[in-house]
Amino acid sequence: MANLAINMCGIKSPNPFWLASGPPANCGEQVMRAFDAGWGGAVWKTLGKPIVNVSSRLGAVDHKGNRMSGLNNIELITDRPLDTNFKEIYAVKKRYQEQAVVVSLMVESKAEWREIIRRAEDAGADGLELNFGCPHGMCERGMGSSVGQEPAILEEITAWAVDYANTPVLIKLTPNITDILDPGIAAAKGGAHGLSLINTIKSIIGVNLETMVPLPSVRDKGTNGGYCGPAVKPIALHMVAALARDPRIQIPLSGIGGIGNWRDAAEFIALGATSVQVCTAVMHYGYRIVEDMIDGLSNYLDDMNMASVSNLIGKAVPNFTEWGNLDLNYRITANIDEEKCIGCQLCYIACLDGAHQCIHTRQSHCSAYHGESDHGIYPRTEIQPPVLHKANGGIPDHVPFVDEDECIGCNLCQLVCPVPGCITMIEQDSKIAAKTWQEMEV
Amino acid sequence: MERVTNLPDNRLEKNFSEAKPLYTESEARIEANRCIYCYDAPCTTACPAGIDIPGFIRKIASGNIRGAAKTIFEVNLLGVSTAQVCPVEELCAGACVYNKDNVPPINIGRLQRFATEKGLLWEQDKKSTLFSPQNQTDRKVALIGAGPASLACAGHLTLAGVKSIIYEKDDLPGGLNVTGIAPYKLFTDAALEEIEWLKQFGFEIQTGLEVGRDISIDHLLENFDAVFLGAGLGRDKLPGIPGEDAAGVWGATELIKKIKNDRAFKLPANLESVNVVGGGNSAIDIARELALLGVPEVNIVYRRTISEMPGYRHELAAARQEGVRMFERAVPVEIIANDRLVLCTKHKLTGEPQQFESDWIVLAIGNERDAGQLSPGLEIDEKGCVVVDPDTMKTSVAKIYAGGDCINGGKEVVNAVADGRDAAWSMLREWGIGEAQQVRRNHG
Ligand SMILES: Cc1cc2nc3c(=O)[nH]c(=O)nc-3n(C[C@H](O)[C@H](O)[C@H](O)COP(=O)(O)OP(=O)(O)OC[C@H]3O[C@@H](n4cnc5c(N)ncnc54)[C@H](O)[C@@H]3O)c2cc1C
Ligand SMILES: Cc1cc2nc3c(=O)[nH]c(=O)nc-3n(C[C@H](O)[C@H](O)[C@H](O)COP(=O)(O)O)c2cc1C
Ligand code: SF4
Repeated sequence: MANLAINMCGIKSPNPFWLASGPPANCGEQVMRAFDAGWGGAVWKTLGKPIVNVSSRLGAVDHKGNRMSGLNNIELITDRPLDTNFKEIYAVKKRYQEQAVVVSLMVESKAEWREIIRRAEDAGADGLELNFGCPHGMCERGMGSSVGQEPAILEEITAWAVDYANTPVLIKLTPNITDILDPGIAAAKGGAHGLSLINTIKSIIGVNLETMVPLPSVRDKGTNGGYCGPAVKPIALHMVAALARDPRIQIPLSGIGGIGNWRDAAEFIALGATSVQVCTAVMHYGYRIVEDMIDGLSNYLDDMNMASVSNLIGKAVPNFTEWGNLDLNYRITANIDEEKCIGCQLCYIACLDGAHQCIHTRQSHCSAYHGESDHGIYPRTEIQPPVLHKANGGIPDHVPFVDEDECIGCNLCQLVCPVPGCITMIEQDSKIAAKTWQEMEV
Repeated sequence: MERVTNLPDNRLEKNFSEAKPLYTESEARIEANRCIYCYDAPCTTACPAGIDIPGFIRKIASGNIRGAAKTIFEVNLLGVSTAQVCPVEELCAGACVYNKDNVPPINIGRLQRFATEKGLLWEQDKKSTLFSPQNQTDRKVALIGAGPASLACAGHLTLAGVKSIIYEKDDLPGGLNVTGIAPYKLFTDAALEEIEWLKQFGFEIQTGLEVGRDISIDHLLENFDAVFLGAGLGRDKLPGIPGEDAAGVWGATELIKKIKNDRAFKLPANLESVNVVGGGNSAIDIARELALLGVPEVNIVYRRTISEMPGYRHELAAARQEGVRMFERAVPVEIIANDRLVLCTKHKLTGEPQQFESDWIVLAIGNERDAGQLSPGLEIDEKGCVVVDPDTMKTSVAKIYAGGDCINGGKEVVNAVADGRDAAWSMLREWGIGEAQQVRRNHG
């Protein structure tokens, strides 16, 4: 079994799976149960000056019957007294030495930062995470994402914190910026030991069309909140990868955003994350999801002959490049497996209306010889539909075929096909040497 | 492996199709993603082995298939066969929360089959194993009967490093899983392949050796640290009526065993009709098997009303679809053997006589409960079942543990598997071997 233990800028944990700062890491009793379930670390719910909260706080989008594909919240930082939080952090650390407790912080003045860092460390924090990411409420008062959006201020506060702290300092970044490199580099310059990202994306989740109040609504009003959950994963993956491959950033990353299983986590790690953090998936299903994360990641690493999760960190980063470095002469075309095809014709309509009109049905073929068009709904006249070799569930005339010469290899048909392995993209030997856009220009 | 099923006119192999074939990747993916991953899930509570069902289904969905297989096997070593033979409609799937919303429940049995069979394929592909036995200890256990209860018990014991030997009186191991399960649920060779897999853990099975006849239980008690009694039930019960020993009168398990495993056995070409006496699952099974094998007229004759039949509703419905007819409130009084057999009954309430003529009669009114006679000190309840302490699986005789049909009077394979496992874990706890293991269990 592969070794899952990590050391992220001095913060050690038995596995890379941490609770993200949020409701699942709100109090000591929760964090202890999470550790019992197998979580390697927890980033405590952000602590700051006594704060208020509202009801309701959450809204979600469902996708095709799947609940909570995206989650939006307007919750602020902890609304429990600081003393209580620190007491609980102390109690957790006393019982759980192996697991990492990182304390998330958000205050305003230099004096407040010094004070709260001291108290967090006294309580036993293994590390600190500065919340420069919250995109609602706190930012209206100059904290959270309003710091994350101002590289100069971010760098300055980071430098204070690093100066005061005796434990590693992680900076949690907001995705609500133009280029994640700006705050990332500023944090690195400020001396941060690591970066956590992403916090939530500014969003409105919906509107109650009867009352005309944005969701989630607080009596007769709503406000913009932060978006997270499965829907945000691609955005988070890109931001993590962008930082991972930038030579100016030499500090480890904690990947956050839409992680729900070991596969998601492995992708973040392959694109440069050392640890990963989870909020929404735990809110949806509970701490127990970590069991498959640990088991699945370990099985995967064994299959890949990787003895340790550290072998996976950043493995995909060298292959993440600019568009201009892609080989323009590489060509793939779609191939439909007539035996697997169930005849839904979703690929056909997708290519016809949404791509390049290179998939044809046998019905459209019949009219082709009556010759209306060279392209589009009818195949080119020189194209013969391939002979079907195997009868297919009684619907052979519903097995479409690809005009390979016309196919531009965009993947759309493969993406819409409901049957795994039915449409495959096959490499065509273009017989021309690789050439990139960059190379064409020189 | 050599096929041991040798079916009349090859009918079973040709005409029985598997009721729950292996899912394709698409089927498994779609079904696994339909599971909503309940917390403290009712399906798990309803599973006699307490499998973490939402947990293994989530692993299928995440692509961690061998993790899914392991989740199942850790508590149910006969995960492959139970995936097919468990009456999931009555157990896990029957408890699925979707039922309450009128949505079809998750097909848990088929997902279990997918996970476990893919897990074993992974072992073959990678030349690796899901489980590796711990270092050998100096403990050894003898097990009586090679049915699901003993197989599970021996499996867990050997994994923990305890030497285990199973004594089986029959020529084939497997108990009713090999001799009794309807072929459309599980073929004999599939059950035997599962036993081959279990045997890789390192336990021994000695077949053709009956404890109490060829070897005494006292001898076992002297030479082993513990004895596990997994002897199941005995012969088919007889109703005690005149004519019950006539030619053409069968016991249900006797006949099923022949249909499944007897190479020489064929149904007579002129077998036109069979009356099955009984109302439990064995009665329904043999009736369905005969109907599916092409016997034109198969009837079930039951002494109470159809709604009182202990057989499962889904099995009854299937039997009806296959053309089996039901006669209720007919209490057998005599069998008269002429050219054909005449089953004479009287109406349960009115006493009115009735006659059912057929070529064969199958008696499916239960089996003897005789395992308790193996040792004089064994406490037996009023139903003839061996009494155990459910927390330890210990009988009233020191060092004898028991589980399966011999303690519950005849339930399902999965109950026997869970009993065997719990007995193994109880021994290991007692001997301080490994970490103490226990699964919350619904003994009901
Ligand atoms: C017709 C029929 C259909 C069934 N269908 C299903 C089904 O679809 N699904 C399901 O889950 N369950 C089914 N069952 C029930 C299931 O088969 C049993 O509950 C299960 O096999 C019990 O396992 P066991 O290990 O306790 O006993 P058994 O399977 O009965 O095994 C006991 C073994 O002990 C051996 N033995 C007995 N005495 C001795 C001795 N003195 N020395 C050596 N060996 C001995 C026997 O030969 C036998 O091999 C069915 C049962 C029957 C009868
Ligand atoms: C209800 C809620 C409250 C949150 N509170 C905080 C917080 O106090 N501090 C913080 O840094 N992030 C907070 N987050 C953001 C999460 O830590 C995380 O960055 C984000 O949800 C993305 O991860 P996910 O897709 O796994 O949920 C909160 C998220 C949610 C849903
Ligand atoms: S999840 Fe809990 S706190 Fe939130 S609304 Fe429901 S009951 Fe209340």
